[in-house]
Amino acid sequence: MVAKFRGTYGSGITPLTYAGQNYMAVDRSLIPEILQVLRNEERFDYCVDITAVHYPKREKQFDVVWILYSFARNERIRVSAQILDGESLPSSVPIWPAANWLEREVYDMFGIKFDGHPDMKRILLPEGWKGHPLRKDYGILQQDNEWVQINLGIESGQ
Amino acid sequence: MTDQHSSLSNLDLETPEKPFLDANELVINMGPQHPATHGVLRVILRLDGEKVLGLECVIGYLHRGVEKIGEHRTYTMFNPYVDRMDYVAAVSNGLGYCETVEKLLNVEAPQRAQHVRVILTELNRIASHQLWLGTHALDIGAITPLFYTFRDREEILKIYEKYCGARLTTHAFRIGGLQYETYTGFEKEVKNFLDFFRPKIDEYEELLTTNRIWVERTKNVGTISAEDCIALGVTGPVLRASGVKWDLRKAQPYANYKNFDFEIPIGQNGDTYDRYLVRMAEMRQSVRIIEQAVGALPEGPIMAKVPKVMKPAAGEVYHSIEAPKGELGYFIVSDGSTQPYRVRVRPPSFVNLQALDVMCRGQLVADVIAVIGTLDIVLGEVDR
Repeated sequence: MVAKFRGTYGSGITPLTYAGQNYMAVDRSLIPEILQVLRNEERFDYCVDITAVHYPKREKQFDVVWILYSFARNERIRVSAQILDGESLPSSVPIWPAANWLEREVYDMFGIKFDGHPDMKRILLPEGWKGHPLRKDYGILQQDNEWVQINLGIESGQ
Repeated sequence: MTDQHSSLSNLDLETPEKPFLDANELVINMGPQHPATHGVLRVILRLDGEKVLGLECVIGYLHRGVEKIGEHRTYTMFNPYVDRMDYVAAVSNGLGYCETVEKLLNVEAPQRAQHVRVILTELNRIASHQLWLGTHALDIGAITPLFYTFRDREEILKIYEKYCGARLTTHAFRIGGLQYETYTGFEKEVKNFLDFFRPKIDEYEELLTTNRIWVERTKNVGTISAEDCIALGVTGPVLRASGVKWDLRKAQPYANYKNFDFEIPIGQNGDTYDRYLVRMAEMRQSVRIIEQAVGALPEGPIMAKVPKVMKPAAGEVYHSIEAPKGELGYFIVSDGSTQPYRVRVRPPSFVNLQALDVMCRGQLVADVIAVIGTLDIVLGEVDR
């Protein structure tokens, strides 16, 4: 499958293997098409997870990862794409409705926006919270003190 | 007077195509402190009389930043934290985490450890389903099953307590195997439990399966089709009750489930009653698995050779197991240091909860309670 993709899309796709698991690094520009093809032609009908990893030292700071599964083939695949800080991605809610909350969590934790998402807002943290905690520059003890003071009426949450 | 008239006509002109406040539509708030939401879940219901038009879940009240904590702890130190997500099935959480790190380290737990892991995890599946049954029945109005299931769940907790000292957040497994050898009489006690528990499942079923009130409250309530389940990423007993025969223990076997003989119970209608039947059947299958595992417990070491200071080579791994609630996955990225660079937990409850809206549309308010119960969510895992 990956070989076929490589034939069609050329160097935009890098197939990788680690610990017996296949995944592919895909160029950002190919993402909308690849996800569509994986869903419709390769029958990856179950979107297991969408998440991200932050690499602050890289120019393209974020890896966004889609974990997909196909019931028909009993196979998993991971797709990852590197994006710049502040860059957005097309939402995959039209492809997999399951992506709704998963993309909201990525936005909440990393500040990556998904275009065309029906309800792009925070999910685990409260509305109006400042900062995205899973970025590497967000300290483990750090919190939005202003929010805590206004909404909870206490000096600090710690 | 004339003023009023003109303002009225102005209002008319500006009336949007859809009235923003229909006289029949009512928005009410359920939770976050509500006994039937099984924790701190807030649901905003849009109602037409008693009928649910739609709902929105507000979550995050129990958010502790487990994934962030994982990046600041060593692989070993993070192990007990995972028990605090789905605290009803702490052993399953630990199994998923340990197996993922073992994949990263490229080690495999010895056979004896694998067997004990299966026994304890399946006992945990029974305990989790018992707690679900008791509270779910209580929500719907049947009080007795709660006493029965908690009485019997106690026996499982006693085995845990004797094995590792803890009853709920057990931290039973270690990366590479087990910390403790089983105590003297472990096999006998597990066997005794199975003999004790088998008739108890019949007892639960006697109370509910043909109970007219139970059937009326659960049949055709919160129905979800197999297509919707797959589209929404719903897994576990909810998916199976909709007729999809998919269980990670069979589809992509982990631990040593491939050595044991068991079936995947499925339902047909995808309603609350079918989900009840599927979970009841799953408890019977778990008994079968434990019976085989405890009957053939191999001798040997319980720990693989694992370095004291774990430094997996740089790389990334996703591994998932069939937790009592569905697919529980861990995605761990290592940068070659002693701490994970990123730990992502794919919690089944979080993804399954997304289906609540679809399942409740067109139902009554009282059915929302039944559907929250039947989804079997644990808020500690939803919010992490």
